[in-house]
Amino acid sequence: MTTKTQALMNWVDARFPMTKMWDDHMAKYYAPKNFNFWYFFGSLALLVLVLQIVTGIFLTMNYKPDATLAFASVEYIMRDVNYGWLIRYMHSTGAAAFFVIIYLHMYRGLMYGSFKQPRELIWLFGMLIYLALMAEAFLGYLLPWGQMSYWGAQVIVNLFAAVPWVGEELSVWIRGDYVVSDATLNRFFAFHVIAVPFILVGLVVAHIIALHEVGSNNPDGVEIKKTKGADGIPLDGIPFHPYYSVKDIVGVVVFLMFFSAVLFFAPELGGWFLEKENFIPADPLKTPEHIVPLWYFTPYYAILRAIPPIWESQFPGVIAMGMAIVFLFFLPWLDRHPVRSMRYREPIFKVNMFIFIVSFIVLGWLGTQPSTGILS
Amino acid sequence: MKKLIATLLISLMPTFAFAAGKVQLEEVEINLDNKASLQRGAKLFVNYCLNCHAASYMRYSRMAKDLELTDEQVEENMIFPADFSKEKDGKPKKIGQLMTVAMSAEDGKAYFGTAVPDLSVIARARGADWIYTYLKSFYIDESRPFGVNNTVFPSVGMPHALWELEGLKRPVHAKGADKEGHEKLALDFETVVPGSMSAAEYDSAVTDLVNFLEYMGEPAKLVRYTMGVYVLGFLFLLFIVSYAMKKEFWKDVH
Repeated sequence: MTTKTQALMNWVDARFPMTKMWDDHMAKYYAPKNFNFWYFFGSLALLVLVLQIVTGIFLTMNYKPDATLAFASVEYIMRDVNYGWLIRYMHSTGAAAFFVIIYLHMYRGLMYGSFKQPRELIWLFGMLIYLALMAEAFLGYLLPWGQMSYWGAQVIVNLFAAVPWVGEELSVWIRGDYVVSDATLNRFFAFHVIAVPFILVGLVVAHIIALHEVGSNNPDGVEIKKTKGADGIPLDGIPFHPYYSVKDIVGVVVFLMFFSAVLFFAPELGGWFLEKENFIPADPLKTPEHIVPLWYFTPYYAILRAIPPIWESQFPGVIAMGMAIVFLFFLPWLDRHPVRSMRYREPIFKVNMFIFIVSFIVLGWLGTQPSTGILS
Repeated sequence: MKKLIATLLISLMPTFAFAAGKVQLEEVEINLDNKASLQRGAKLFVNYCLNCHAASYMRYSRMAKDLELTDEQVEENMIFPADFSKEKDGKPKKIGQLMTVAMSAEDGKAYFGTAVPDLSVIARARGADWIYTYLKSFYIDESRPFGVNNTVFPSVGMPHALWELEGLKRPVHAKGADKEGHEKLALDFETVVPGSMSAAEYDSAVTDLVNFLEYMGEPAKLVRYTMGVYVLGFLFLLFIVSYAMKKEFWKDVH
């Protein structure tokens, strides 16, 4: 560094911990050197978050959160805004990619015991991010104001109506009307573009600070901080920058290849990312034959539908669905086995992991199917 | 285990295919590179559809540019007086305006019993095969207000707008056979009033029209595939460079 830039850095460092932050989180953050493929998804999630925020900003420049204009404004973006279609597809494909990445990222945590002591808070922040992300996706899906946007929102908001005693009023309070309407669209827009992203970014910062405080786990589940060299640096650690920054760039490029393949050649992905029904403007008087949430919610939707009403209340189903998420929060205290990584766990653990992933996929598939009676 | 998951995922794929109704749909070959077909489709669209149906997210100028027509050609041949006779300012539409129609939604409801859908993104909502089959499936049914019904869309409110081209046909129950050779009733049509086109010509005209609707559903389709090839090519080069860089940096990590 030339003396002049060094002088500038010194000037900044005397007033703001620039070099310290860079060292703490990049140049002198020691990560285990045995990260595998599964460790790309953290940085990819961050990339997609930035992508969603940037494309989202450009979409709001032309989108109109108004029940009479919303659908047309999306088509305006698709046709009349320069590269509007590209921005919109980046956002819609990005939303789906976000969930693919987050699910793989969470699964990595399960496999290698990354949620275990001392990383409980990282896991909890992560779970909150997952919740915020689900809220963000649900709120955003109403905005194109197509049939599936509208009726999907109607179904989800009605879940709150299942709460005993106060449910009906609660759902009206959420919608701001007796049905999903312009008022609902406006408030969902506000939540989608300001409130939830704000929370999301805050949680992501907390997630990373907590991670860098205790250090990263690794596929073997051993603690690299236990064996340090004379210089106090973990023997099995390498500085995040440049080693993992250059490695993550490769991951980013490979991810962008998959992302672009979908974006340019199959943005609807056969109805998985953009549903056919959503190209019909929302019509409060016409219920679609078959209301399906987007794929990342279908496992929960299947749980919800599997529980029959008890005492004419859908609430038990809502509780079962909610518990599927709540249980994950308690994972660090449910699994107290001292061995972290699946690699060194009993076969039964591997079987359980397999059953978990099969259940997730099968429930996800069932959630896309029309419901049938138990005996028919 | 990875193999098992992959097999499971693949086996689930076809079951998600959207239910298209009970009628077997005919497949239509879409070719957005065929500008002549798109132009013929646009001509049919403005002549036969764009009177009751609007395409209110689409601009004439965008269509002109994408279909390689001049603004003058479109202004003189594709924007009809009927389009502006009831316009609020009573003036003809300009080339940069949206393809709306003079008929109001309320009138449409009164005339056809249901709101007339906008056709801008109909190809994305229904799918090209559905529209193709639908336009070929009108048959005489005196019990309906417009004298026609449709096998793909039973009791549809729309008249057979293309009847002058196709003619009118009546359903007959022909004797067919299933795969094992058992006799089976099959639905067939016999032409009652011949149209100005032969069956093959009509098929080709409907193909053009569906091709145009497919284009109109997503004009970006004309550019996004080509752009995608360039982007993937660039990313591939970037992959080689970034992978080499990673290799170089990681040389000393053992």
